[in-house]
Amino acid sequence: MLGWELPPHNSGGLGVACYQLCEQLSKNDVDLEFILPYTSQEDISFMKVHGAMRDGVLEIMQSGIAYDSYKYIYNDGHEEWHDLYSQAKFYEHAVADMIKGMSFDIVHAHDWLTFRAALRVKALRKNIPIILHVHSIESDRAGGRHGNPLVREIEETAMLGADTIIAVSNFTKQKIVAEYGIPADKIEVVHNSIDQNSLIPSDPDNAYKYLSLLKQNGYKVVSNVGRLTIQKGLTNLLHAARIVVEKLPKTVFLIVGSGEQLHELITLAADLGISENVIFTGFQRGKNWRDSFAISDLFVMPSVSEPFGLTPLEAGFYNVPSLISKQSGVTEIISSCLTVDFWDVNEMANKIVAVLRENALKNTLTDALALELQAMSWERSAGLVKQLYEKHLHRAAV
Amino acid sequence: MKSILLYMHVHQPYRLRHYTIFDAGTYHNYFDSTWEDKANNQKTLLKVAEKSYLPTNEILLRLLNKYPEFKLSLSISGVLLEQLEEWTPDVLKSFQSLTDTGRVEIVAETYHHSLAFFYSRSEFETQVNMHKDIIKRLFNQEPKVFRNTELSFNNDLAAWAESAGYKGVLAEGWHKYLDWRSPNYVYKSSVAPNLKLLLKNYRLSDDIAFRFGDRNWSEWPLTTDKFVHWINQDVDAPIVNLFMDYETFGEHQWQESGIFDFLEHLPNEWLANTEHNFLTVSDAVDKFDPVGEIDSPETVTWADTERDLSAWLGNAMQQQAIASLYNLEQPIFRLNDWSLIEDWRKLQTSDHFYYMCVKWFNDGDIHAYFSPYDTPYDAFINFMNAYHDLKSRLLERGIEV
Repeated sequence: MLGWELPPHNSGGLGVACYQLCEQLSKNDVDLEFILPYTSQEDISFMKVHGAMRDGVLEIMQSGIAYDSYKYIYNDGHEEWHDLYSQAKFYEHAVADMIKGMSFDIVHAHDWLTFRAALRVKALRKNIPIILHVHSIESDRAGGRHGNPLVREIEETAMLGADTIIAVSNFTKQKIVAEYGIPADKIEVVHNSIDQNSLIPSDPDNAYKYLSLLKQNGYKVVSNVGRLTIQKGLTNLLHAARIVVEKLPKTVFLIVGSGEQLHELITLAADLGISENVIFTGFQRGKNWRDSFAISDLFVMPSVSEPFGLTPLEAGFYNVPSLISKQSGVTEIISSCLTVDFWDVNEMANKIVAVLRENALKNTLTDALALELQAMSWERSAGLVKQLYEKHLHRAAV
Repeated sequence: MKSILLYMHVHQPYRLRHYTIFDAGTYHNYFDSTWEDKANNQKTLLKVAEKSYLPTNEILLRLLNKYPEFKLSLSISGVLLEQLEEWTPDVLKSFQSLTDTGRVEIVAETYHHSLAFFYSRSEFETQVNMHKDIIKRLFNQEPKVFRNTELSFNNDLAAWAESAGYKGVLAEGWHKYLDWRSPNYVYKSSVAPNLKLLLKNYRLSDDIAFRFGDRNWSEWPLTTDKFVHWINQDVDAPIVNLFMDYETFGEHQWQESGIFDFLEHLPNEWLANTEHNFLTVSDAVDKFDPVGEIDSPETVTWADTERDLSAWLGNAMQQQAIASLYNLEQPIFRLNDWSLIEDWRKLQTSDHFYYMCVKWFNDGDIHAYFSPYDTPYDAFINFMNAYHDLKSRLLERGIEV
């Protein structure tokens, strides 16, 4: 399996999904080797995890989150920095080197950064089926625009050459067909899930002391947790926030995460005159991350284009209801949430106000989502993936 | 002699337009959707009229003219009659043609198709009287048999109906109070000995209302001779109560299912035996002595697998919404402003609460079919925004709730 991140060195839902899918697959007796673009000492017992190392490289370090640049430390002591695109190339060649001594039946690759490597394997081992797992495509990450043509080229070439494509939602499947003209019958939808055991319950001592105090004084907290990129639609959330604050001045918007839009969003909040009501925390892990959910009255995921979107399920675990853009795949598997078109800031504000004002709405949403979460597991999704494996192995044998 | 009691309930609510918290306090036209909106009441009425009311009434009138033995009973909510008068007078006329035959009886109910009985007895009685007035005006009838919204029934309702002078009440034929007994007889209330009860045979009724067009149903297709055969299997029973939504014909079961042909042929098939006839609900109440008592301390309705009020009042949103609404009763009547009272009453229509039901996994699909909203949460948000506007209209006049 080829992937770009695994917890704890993940920047978002992709790493979590890979980890939990692999864990369930290994329970179903699938023997996995996972190749990452960096070296780390993971404490993972259910599969072998490798860093994609070429000869002469001693260590590869992430500089920040998984999509920043990488530092290569060589055996002879010299260091090199690589950006994401060249890192994907290094990864490709390292994988090609590494498989020389490896025996495997299937290559399963997650998202475009690993797709060149998957194609390289296909070129070297003609009988190995290639399964590409699409957690997002370039137009998602570009917030519905065209995006980077180099990345699009990789996605298109790889998907045309793949034996099977797995999409994380019907929403994504349709986009793959529309953007790249891939035949729909080559794309299987396998929704992500959530392993509730992986989440640590929040404790009563919330890390956000100031927000706790505000809440005691009648304030309500609306949050978003995610990367601050155009894909995530946060400018629309801030426009909605201005309307909400006019109606309910005791509302705080908590924006948790980092990304290239940070400065733009801070400026926008100031331009809208709501800086006092918008709090930016930067990227958070562990307790601070958990408590961002736990302190909230409502979680909003206003993404412009979200292939799946794990955070509303995580919010649900911390008993927080969600308002989710209709352009999100996760709405295909849960009913107990509010939805809105990402561009409709008036309706977004209308629904935020409703949840903040009506406890009955908040409680009904929370209780109903809890029931849905209880019924969720990776078993079904991993079962579908294993079936795909078996189908290809059978075909290869014939 | 064996008799069919065919009773059909006709109703359309005033659906709310998409109404946001930013409309509240500014615009008070909750019920005026744009023509494009699927919640537009006039458009919905025209559609239902074309698919259901007009073709069904045409068949019923033809049957009444052809078979002197054919009879039926209808209840028509006041909020629907209002809409018929305003937008489709021809449909109203087609209902009047039915009652003009003298063999179509109108059943009493609340004007606003509300659950007021459970929240405000005085408001409930006002709505029953409003309905009585409009039935007198449009159909020149004085109903003697009562049905509460969604066939909701309990001992309190029985006691009230008897004291209000009704001869009978319609209710669900539910095993909870029937136990081993059959619904195909006339009963009386345990708390109101002069009040007779007519109980829906839900199996046979739902064979038509719910299962008729279901191709996965092992009995599909349902023919009139098969159906008459089923009725006859209970050899000794004097009556069979077929109670259903009028919109079964053409709206819930589409024309393509053959539902109109079924209706057209049923009287012929049934009356082929000279020991068979049809009765209206008053005929049955007058003709039969009760064979037993029905004791219903708890409320029973004709909805969902639970047959209780949970489809309307089962979750916290529904309970909050309806409690908030009835909390406005006293302040609204203090102002005595007719437009405010009107809006408040239109919001009492049970459909608004039905749209908020979150019973996703069993009955949810049925609820979704009738709702103009994407989700029950949207229904709640919209309703509460209208409620907040009512409150703001009171506040403007110096009345704090």
